[in-house]
Amino acid sequence: MQVVGQASEAPDLKDHQPAVKTDPQWFIMGGVVSIVGWLALVPLGFLVWQSFRTPDTARKPAVWTLQNYWEAYSSSETLVLFMNSVQFAAGTAVLALVIGTALAWMTERTNTPLKPLFYALSIIPLIIPGILFVVSWIMLASPKIGIINLVLQGLFGTDTVYVDIYSMAGMIWVDGLHYAPIAFLLMTAAFRAMDPSLEESAMMSGASMFKIFWNITLKLAWPAVAASFLILFVRSIESFEVPALLGLPVGIQVFTSSIYDAIHSYPSNIGLAAAYAITLLIITMGGIYMQSRLTGQGGKYSTVTGKGFRPRTIDLGRWKYLTLGIFIVYALFVVVLPFLVLLWSSLQKFYSVPSMEALKNVSLNAYSTVINYPSVGTAVWNSFLLSIGSATTVMFLTAIVCWIVLRTKIPGRWILDNVASVPLVLPGLVMGLAIMVCYLTIGGGVYGTIWIMFIAYVTRFMPYGMRYNTTSMIQLHKELEESAAMSGASWFTSFRRVVLPLLKPGLLAGWIYIVIVSVRELSSSILLYSPGTEVVSIVIWEMWQNGQYVELSAFGVMLIATLFIFVMMAQWIGKRFGVKEA
Amino acid sequence: MLTVRGLNTEYPSQKGPAVKAAQDVTFEVPAGKFFTLLGPSGCGKTTTLRSIAGLERPVSGEIVVNGRVVFSSERKIFIPPNQRNFGMVFQSYAIWPHMTVFANAAFPLEVRKNKMSKSEIREKVMRVLSAVALEQYADREATKLSGGQQQRLALARALVMEPELLLLDEPLSNLDAKLRDRMRFELKRIQRELGITTIYVTHDQGEALALSHEIAVMNEGRIVQVGPPRTIYEHPRTKFVAEFIGTTNFIDGVVLGFDEPAGRWKVRTPAGDLLVSTDSALTPNMRVTVSIRPEDVELSDDATTSGSTENVTSGLVDQKVFLGDFVDFQVQIGDFMLLSRAHPSLRTPIGETIHVRMNPDKCVAIPEDSSARAAA
Repeated sequence: MQVVGQASEAPDLKDHQPAVKTDPQWFIMGGVVSIVGWLALVPLGFLVWQSFRTPDTARKPAVWTLQNYWEAYSSSETLVLFMNSVQFAAGTAVLALVIGTALAWMTERTNTPLKPLFYALSIIPLIIPGILFVVSWIMLASPKIGIINLVLQGLFGTDTVYVDIYSMAGMIWVDGLHYAPIAFLLMTAAFRAMDPSLEESAMMSGASMFKIFWNITLKLAWPAVAASFLILFVRSIESFEVPALLGLPVGIQVFTSSIYDAIHSYPSNIGLAAAYAITLLIITMGGIYMQSRLTGQGGKYSTVTGKGFRPRTIDLGRWKYLTLGIFIVYALFVVVLPFLVLLWSSLQKFYSVPSMEALKNVSLNAYSTVINYPSVGTAVWNSFLLSIGSATTVMFLTAIVCWIVLRTKIPGRWILDNVASVPLVLPGLVMGLAIMVCYLTIGGGVYGTIWIMFIAYVTRFMPYGMRYNTTSMIQLHKELEESAAMSGASWFTSFRRVVLPLLKPGLLAGWIYIVIVSVRELSSSILLYSPGTEVVSIVIWEMWQNGQYVELSAFGVMLIATLFIFVMMAQWIGKRFGVKEA
Repeated sequence: MLTVRGLNTEYPSQKGPAVKAAQDVTFEVPAGKFFTLLGPSGCGKTTTLRSIAGLERPVSGEIVVNGRVVFSSERKIFIPPNQRNFGMVFQSYAIWPHMTVFANAAFPLEVRKNKMSKSEIREKVMRVLSAVALEQYADREATKLSGGQQQRLALARALVMEPELLLLDEPLSNLDAKLRDRMRFELKRIQRELGITTIYVTHDQGEALALSHEIAVMNEGRIVQVGPPRTIYEHPRTKFVAEFIGTTNFIDGVVLGFDEPAGRWKVRTPAGDLLVSTDSALTPNMRVTVSIRPEDVELSDDATTSGSTENVTSGLVDQKVFLGDFVDFQVQIGDFMLLSRAHPSLRTPIGETIHVRMNPDKCVAIPEDSSARAAA
């Protein structure tokens, strides 16, 4: 990166200096551009290609065909599949948005007690791997072993099934709860950006609380609400854990589970999976496109504003105990109950529901089993390598990309920006499929090693790195670099003493985020792993398939604890060394 | 009309005890007057205004408007802001970006309890829009307006409800300098024409002097002086007021005694013995600060031209700065550096002797303890 800057620091000198001087710059830039282009575009090309090919077998070589699409769209099941997907994604998005908006409003705009605590609590679910969340809700609300059903049945002396997690409603419930923190963060940002005096002036005009909320707050937040809905819709139509664990057993198919089914049926039908994947891709592209259009329009809603807003809250009076109650219920559903049920089951020899009798069987057996479990050690090591490796690679790769996009005048640099963001529209499963097809076809010995997962992770999380780096680099005024140069610092010195320290918060925040999402990653890994290259989420998946619920719980508890400690440590280090949240 | 008595406000702070904002703020505004709360940022002026509006709930005190108690800590009365019927213009204007100009101005009439007919609303809104010269923009989106137009729209929205009280929170601070000067006249004209009782908050002394019937200067949560603009400017009662409003020379000295023939107190200062005027009770040997504005320091090349012999001395021209419509002189009298603002026709070169006269009416003696209190 330093070499890149060195040459461009004196762009007007370029004419007078020998071309050799600028060579390293072009070499590095060219390298980065080709890496980004390769990662983002080539697998996608292979995916499209694959969807028009017949399976390549020993007896028959592959030929061009429309058969895959015919198969995907001719059956009446496709309509059901489409409706299921849309229903699931829309339901999840609405649920998450309602919960997230309510919580965001309460923490940002009201005087609900214990707010800071709940702000921290609302974000914890982001570090819990999705598959663990789903498993814990199965233990809570499955018709046979679900604790909620058993408690209610015991209470009323019936055997009615009160809640059934294996249903469309159950899927929406679990995924909606899981995505609520994202909605919460998005809406918090929206409320923070809103000038409170817009509401206050309505109040001075004599409007009632309800009229203010309806005519002002909600209308102003509308672009944010719509954009958040689209983001959540795309996220949930991509989500794999919930449809696979809750939908597949009872035959509720959505696109992601169908792709997985098509690959894992015998003989595996990769062409059909690719055809489904393309359809899913078109839906997510549409969603992201509409969302970016909406966000682009945001300027229309901005007005001349004064200095920074003083945070002002509404006095809810006695109602604040109601909002506190809502907070507590949310925390119960999203953090406390799921974790407790995992903890409970991890302390058993065989899975059983909580009772006085089961309490006598409490043991730490499961933990020792897990530690000695053959693939656990490998998986933990693999996850460690992959998360650290991909986070570091992504942050530095995207730092260079951002630098090119923001600091140079190279024509067409916006294309680079967009290309690096392409993976954003690829659902994890589709990404896994595309990369699988790509490296199976071109060979190169990557398939079946840990490197293919590394490639998948770097590709998948590249857009996150872009976002973190762009944010901090935009804030870094060019004059800061220039004044260092005017003070006599060489480019390398000014980069090391001025630019890097100022970029550090963004780099570190992005790095931590990518480490966490890498550890949680399941939907790409599930198509790419092979014996010996398992990662932690895959081990959990396998344990679930084998019915090793007790061991799964023990492993889950340890994983959550580790991630929690990691986040705490990262925050502590951040505070200690003056790194603020970007 | 408006009476504020013993107002105290507090902010809950993240750590430690609550932060006190306004402390024991008391003042009265007669009907139809333009009253300004003036002070540096963080002096509690905005908090006081927001307490009158009802957007903040003071810890103690009482606010009465037209005989109606809108807040009283003793009698536990707090009328919510949406029932007070006060118009308010916010610093950020708070124009609703999702509405047209007309809809913004019509909002207060549409949300009120006793509904008006559509035509009645239309008529009232158009009347107020034409008062602020925005009638031709009625159907425009509010965000398409310029800064000055948004500001006028905010004013129109506050006026359309025919409020008992108009509250203005630094409404000019987001405008550029030229526009600000124009809006200053505009605001004054509208207020004087409608005769609406107005409370204005600003940190800009120029605005306060130009607009107000009466000014309350605030510092660190307290009102330090209340009075008409001219009194505040010419007879500051504390060092803080003298310094905050305009530029001034502070000359520290000791009271010599009462000079019977002049009918004034005499103060010994590094710039010579000065006859002073004062609002405070002085005693001999009291330490005082004499404040005199640069434009009240009269300079001349030649000693004979000045009529009076009181407070006349001479010094050396140390520095001068030409500013077009006037020249700033720095004159050295003994060890003291005196700043003076003179007509550009005065061309005494640097290093030459110059004669100085300080009109005793303009030399205001401020006892040291009063300035200490203002700083506390």
